Amino acid sequence: MWLELIDVARTFGTRAAVNGLSFQLERGAIGCLLGPSGCGKTTALRCIAGFESIDAGTIRAQGTVLAQPGRSLPPERRHIGMVFQDLALFPHLTVQENVAFGLTRLSRDERARRVGELLEVVGLSDRRTQYPHQLSGGEQQRVALARALAPKPDIVLLDEPFSSLDIELRERLSVEVRSVLKQLGATALLVTHDQQEAFTVADVVGVMRDGKLEQWATPYDLYHRPATRFVADFIGQGVFLLGDVVSPNAVQTEVGVVHMNGAGEMRPGQRVDLLLRPDDVLHDDASSLTAEVCARAFRGAEFLYTLKLPSGARLLSLVPSHHDHAIGEHIGIRIEPDHVVAFEREE
Amino acid sequence: MLLLLLCLPALVPLFVVLTAVFTPEVEIWSHLARYVLPVVTTNTLVLVVGVSVGAALLGTSLAWLTSTCEFPGRRIFEWALLLPLAMPGYVLAFIAVGFLDFTGPLQTWLRGAFGSSSWFPSIRSTGGVILVLTFSLYPYVYLLARGAFLTQGRRAQEAARTLGMTPMRALWRVVLPMARPWIVAGTALVAMETLADFGTVAVFNYDTFTTAIYRAWFGMFSVNAAFELAAVLLVFVFIAFALERRSRANLRFATARDLSRQAVRIELRGVRAVVASLCAALVLGLGFVLPVLQLVVWVFARAASDLDARYFEFILHSVLLAGSAAIIITGASLLVAYLERQYGSTPVRALVRISTMGYAVPGTVLAVGILVPIIGLNNVLQHGLSTWLGDAAPSLLLQGTLATVLLAYFARFLAVGFNPIESGLSRITATIDEAAITLGAAGTALLRRVHVPLLRTSLMTAAILVFVDVMKEMPITLIARPFGWDTLAVRVFEMTSEGEWERAALPALAIVLVGLIPAAMLTRRGEHVA
Amino acid sequence: MPERTLSQRSPYWVLLAFGFLTLLGCGRAPTELVVYSSRNEQLIKPMFDRYTEETGQAIRFVTDDAGPLIERLAAEGQNSPADILLTVDAGQLWQAAERGLLQPVDSETIRTNIPEHLRDPGSRWIGLSVRARTIVYSTERVQPDELSSYEDLADERWRGRLCLRTSKSVYNQSLVAMMIEAHGEEKTEDIVRGWVANLATEPFANDTRLMEAIIAGQCDVGIVNSYYFGRLTRDKPDQPIRLFWAELAGDGVHVNVSGAGIAAAAPRREEAQKFLEWLTQPEAQSMFADANLEYPANPNVAPDPLVASWGTFRASSLNVAKAGELQPLAVRLMDRAGFR
Repeated sequence: MWLELIDVARTFGTRAAVNGLSFQLERGAIGCLLGPSGCGKTTALRCIAGFESIDAGTIRAQGTVLAQPGRSLPPERRHIGMVFQDLALFPHLTVQENVAFGLTRLSRDERARRVGELLEVVGLSDRRTQYPHQLSGGEQQRVALARALAPKPDIVLLDEPFSSLDIELRERLSVEVRSVLKQLGATALLVTHDQQEAFTVADVVGVMRDGKLEQWATPYDLYHRPATRFVADFIGQGVFLLGDVVSPNAVQTEVGVVHMNGAGEMRPGQRVDLLLRPDDVLHDDASSLTAEVCARAFRGAEFLYTLKLPSGARLLSLVPSHHDHAIGEHIGIRIEPDHVVAFEREE
Repeated sequence: MLLLLLCLPALVPLFVVLTAVFTPEVEIWSHLARYVLPVVTTNTLVLVVGVSVGAALLGTSLAWLTSTCEFPGRRIFEWALLLPLAMPGYVLAFIAVGFLDFTGPLQTWLRGAFGSSSWFPSIRSTGGVILVLTFSLYPYVYLLARGAFLTQGRRAQEAARTLGMTPMRALWRVVLPMARPWIVAGTALVAMETLADFGTVAVFNYDTFTTAIYRAWFGMFSVNAAFELAAVLLVFVFIAFALERRSRANLRFATARDLSRQAVRIELRGVRAVVASLCAALVLGLGFVLPVLQLVVWVFARAASDLDARYFEFILHSVLLAGSAAIIITGASLLVAYLERQYGSTPVRALVRISTMGYAVPGTVLAVGILVPIIGLNNVLQHGLSTWLGDAAPSLLLQGTLATVLLAYFARFLAVGFNPIESGLSRITATIDEAAITLGAAGTALLRRVHVPLLRTSLMTAAILVFVDVMKEMPITLIARPFGWDTLAVRVFEMTSEGEWERAALPALAIVLVGLIPAAMLTRRGEHVA
Repeated sequence: MPERTLSQRSPYWVLLAFGFLTLLGCGRAPTELVVYSSRNEQLIKPMFDRYTEETGQAIRFVTDDAGPLIERLAAEGQNSPADILLTVDAGQLWQAAERGLLQPVDSETIRTNIPEHLRDPGSRWIGLSVRARTIVYSTERVQPDELSSYEDLADERWRGRLCLRTSKSVYNQSLVAMMIEAHGEEKTEDIVRGWVANLATEPFANDTRLMEAIIAGQCDVGIVNSYYFGRLTRDKPDQPIRLFWAELAGDGVHVNVSGAGIAAAAPRREEAQKFLEWLTQPEAQSMFADANLEYPANPNVAPDPLVASWGTFRASSLNVAKAGELQPLAVRLMDRAGFR
């Protein structure tokens, strides 16, 4: 395991910012800690970097213990690169000097070569003699990344790296950053509150809440197989529909009996909430089940319809946009049960 | 802790002043309270407010003019407007009084031309002293405000104008509020200098807290009452400090990212350009050029014969003292700033704030406040040595060493060195430190490769300001200097204490000339000022 | 973190540096006489050099205002390196004596050379030169027979015609102190109030400006030290301004002294006494007084010709020590009377 956290906890006073955090990251993988602000993701990152000590558990990299309660390897000895939220470029150094900063052990030629290599990868070779304040936000971001990657760190940590940029830039840069990381074979851990970023950049994502890890899985699994209600709520869009379990695999709901895939561990009679994502609710003119369109959002290739059921409950449906229905119209729908997930109802 | 050790020299005189409160001189106090304090308190308040407002207005407007606009002569005015820093306030005072008073050349000429000059406002008035101190102290605000405008002003101005504001409105609503922390910091220095001033107000016979202190001390022979008055003064200073701290909190949030070199200056044309140039020229003329000319005239008229080989010695002593003080205070300020940054709890911050209060204490009071404990220490050590070594014991004279003078300068001028460095350090964000650490530069490497280059400007500014201030300093140098260590300021004292103002022109001019170089250097840094 | 290593190592550097600088203060007890002087360097150095020439005794000195010097002397106590305190006002000497900073000197030479009313009754200090503080007037607008005494300047007919130096000046403080001695507090306060009412303009920061104001016509009369008048008229003798020897309580012109005493803890007491005695001899007296256009304290020594040209006068016979004793009272009185 390239990076391993085992039951890590960090407390501030009486508040546990991080509690029982455990996950593993393979070499060359890009991980992500995702969650709302205050969930402890940044604290976790700083513990891995070495800027915070831990109160319980172990942090290991390639078998070496980085941190344990009372014992901690200083940040400069952890071979960890970091990209900060405010980028923290050195204002008194040029782009190439910034990138070369961590390369003191190399000879002058090796250093120049490595810097050139990285600037090439991030596409800033023609800006090498400029100063940070002369660059745009996106360019500065790339310099920060190049700088962190130059010394070939074992792990690269990214703390909300795109939060200071505007939206169009974020999407584009997310893709670029992933591509750079993959190209260089870097192992990375990203921290963000933005799902889009998490899904674009990372191979595996951990959803955090109140210092705990709710689920550590691929984006696909998080979306389609959320382990907890919080994850289901937090990730993507969807609605919860009330239902009663009739058999280990089937749930009776307003929209009919939904047969679910999977092993079926539900107890008949149980009251559950069924998670229905927009892509689980399909448009089917032939279906006898209908719902009223009460809102619609044009998304280019699709419409996101908000549908109202007779009981008043809402459903979301993602429909190819050549099906143009007006508000108030009734359309036929069908539930695609492949990824429907049920959660026990909390009273 | 190290911080306490560093701040000790600055705290000791304050402590000495405050302990005087425990031996109250009731009789003197009742007299002071009835006949002296009311007038003196009002006067001091009027003076401090008047000078602070004046210097803030003058300094800020000139700073804005030279940093965001383009007008004829701008390049020269940019650095020249800092030159009044090299001129001691008391020198400017006696030049102003000498020139503008009833007996001075201006009014004499007026009487010759028009028969009477009684309509001419008297320079020896409240307005006069406020005017002179304003012209003498505005550079502090000018320097800091300029830094703010250069690093943030132009971009902010442009942003505001794209939002539809005229340049004037942009100035009011956006640029000035952003620069406020710096303007307030500069004004704070001005206010403290005004509070501590004695030389200038003495020339005008303007009764302030400081003159009351000296009156109690030298007139009524009660050093205790004098120190008690100083303690009261300190209370006012502390309050002012607390107020100032509130505004300075904003300094932390200024990002370093905005060095707007590409921003274009506002071109002034026609009448506006002429007015701008005239205003700058007027300030420079009144605050520096004309006074220097007067000094030169006096030198040639009376004092040229005084110039002998000893002057090299005076200049050497002045430069040596000022230089050592600059190095020591800058270094110590750096340490203190770092320690505050690392251990920044409230008591630590309060300790540092209090240590900088020496700037507002009248020079002689501070000098005695440092000297007395050192003499005490000297006596204790001497006693110890004598009992231990008997007749073979060397005779100590701690109070006659350079250490004492430098310590006293430290207590007085820590504020001057500390403020620019603290500003500069606050711009080095914690993340820059962390970034460097993850890249392998920790400990001394971090200082060497990241902090020192980024702090270079602040360090230079601090060193230069301290140098210029020590060059002009008089009361501490007088009382604490080692035998034979006369400086230029001491020469000025020798002349003026016997009323030989014209002969004082020679050492005064020398002070100005030596101080010119550092003062001009300050503006070279202008583009990068923290 | 970098600061931690700094904190660990720096205390040693700081202490080391301080210790080094302190060592600079160590040394063998010097053989030079040490003088603390509030009389300016240019007035005393020539004399010190002359003494060294004649006797081989070297002299070190430091100049400053009397107040800080006295504080320093007091704080230094037994370990003070100072042998002699030299001041420009009797009040300052009195204060030093009162605080036990000067020691009595038993010297026949001194008793012979310096008149009694110019010496401390307790023999702790002596005056070395005399300066008169008297009336100066405009020859264009005032006749000498209009003038008589300091007290008279409070009279209504001088309204708007009087110029004075500020009450912060130790010379004015001594003058008022002597007036209290002669007239008592109440009457003196009336006189001072009268002066204030007659002021033509704000009090001046120095005597020279005051005289310039008289010449320029801003006022007609004033009170100055004789030597300032000397300096002003030395280069330009034709100015329309002249000295008038005023009376203080009918007793004579108010005079003050610039003098010296031996420090209580003087390490070189004998040498100090020798020096003090030398200062009372004619040659030294001439040097001392002439340098500043003052009158030698030694009555057998003639003053500088320019000084002599102002005429002779009757000096007040009150002991100048009174000026020190009553100074605080005088200052408070001036505050009450509104004399800034």
